[in-house]
Amino acid sequence: MTSDPKSLAESVLAGDRLALARLLTLIENEVSEGLEALNLLYPSTGDAHLIGITGAPGTGKSTLVNRLTHFLRNKPQPKDVQAPHHSPRVAIVAVDPSSPFTGGAILGDRIRMRDLAGDAGVFIRSMASRGAVGGLAKATASVVEGLDAAGFNSILIETVGAGQAEVEIARTAHTTVVISAPGLGDEVQAIKAGILEIADVLVVNKADLPGADNTLRVLRSALKLGYPEKYDSKVEEKDTADGSTWVPPILSTVATSGEGIPDLAQVLEDHRHYLEISSEGHRREREHLRFRLNQLLRDHLIARFVEENPDGRYEELFERVLARELEPRKAIRLLVQGETE
Amino acid sequence: MPRKLRVLIAKPGLDGHDRGAKVIARALRDAGFEVIYTGLRQTPEMIAEAALQEDVDAVGLSILSGAHMALVPRILEILQEQGQQSVPVLLGGIIPDEDIPRLNKAGVAAIFGPGTNTHAVVEAFHEAIHPARDGE
Repeated sequence: MTSDPKSLAESVLAGDRLALARLLTLIENEVSEGLEALNLLYPSTGDAHLIGITGAPGTGKSTLVNRLTHFLRNKPQPKDVQAPHHSPRVAIVAVDPSSPFTGGAILGDRIRMRDLAGDAGVFIRSMASRGAVGGLAKATASVVEGLDAAGFNSILIETVGAGQAEVEIARTAHTTVVISAPGLGDEVQAIKAGILEIADVLVVNKADLPGADNTLRVLRSALKLGYPEKYDSKVEEKDTADGSTWVPPILSTVATSGEGIPDLAQVLEDHRHYLEISSEGHRREREHLRFRLNQLLRDHLIARFVEENPDGRYEELFERVLARELEPRKAIRLLVQGETE
Repeated sequence: MPRKLRVLIAKPGLDGHDRGAKVIARALRDAGFEVIYTGLRQTPEMIAEAALQEDVDAVGLSILSGAHMALVPRILEILQEQGQQSVPVLLGGIIPDEDIPRLNKAGVAAIFGPGTNTHAVVEAFHEAIHPARDGE
């Protein structure tokens, strides 16, 4: 199937699901036709609420995404609303790791999402990380843009099972949810290192298991340092209801039964509202886009440099660095600036 | 570098024996495929919908229940309805010899019985997937 970017973009905007699926594949494979269609679609992006779901393997990310999506699609609508209300359309991007040896992958997140089958307002896309190490794939942000343009109101981005440094999600999502669970040994220790700082919302899933209280307590004490007014009982609680600051709440859920999911949905909505009324949303948007542009610039410059300098000089210098004759930074200066030794 | 191939491995119907499907999923992964695995007890509608959303290059079905003559044609039918008639469907499981010609005629690209070498299965997926789908 080949189609020109313009008709592909039009089909996506018209709600053609097969065209959307094709677009996402072309984006993921960096095929020019797909990237050109994304270029045409870009003005239609920016409306979706991007929600990142991250946490250690086995904490129940997929099950929680399943429940949350099911809730968002089926929650009772307020009766006093005059205009006909539509349930939000929800897209899910679930990233699983690629094998570093074969490049293959088993993407199994759909196993936990069978409750969502048959709902035309839900679109699930699995992605392999393809060598990226930040918990997402390189093309995840662009795939999310494609889904955003297609009119999904909420896009849930589930990362590779992560725990320490896989913080890329915070540069892609508006709202980052970090999931923890009891009984994972030192996992809370790991969570403290890097991933806690990116959390807008903390969830202790599997809250019906023994040890959940302990996990809650450890998370609370970790947050106490950053937010004493909320998490230190000795400090008087400040009223933050005016939306001027956001203190990451800690929620308990049992994703298998749905317990705590309505509260989570409410908190996500609160955070979205907070980003809208505070300067933080704007600040994040700028930071995310700058990071993204820099990343693309870097990729582009490297690709162009290699293309324009096919004289084998890079390989020659590489071999000399390998033989410890040249320090890597010196090699780059020789390569780029034509500096002499 | 060749384009990454994405395949769906699914178990339609009610039998709960997914070992074969898992072995094939692993073999394909080890051969560099990205395998979307959907788990047990999938309806034809669920499988076709997953094939669409994931835009897979091929669908592999594992059926041990004997219900293949009902399930497989239905899956092929929905794939066609949604415009994915070019996506090859491969079938593994307990399939009586007399059913094979009819399944092939209905459009199944390859059929594997018990004991098939996983290399042969991987090879059949490579052969079934049209190499020039997007001219990539």
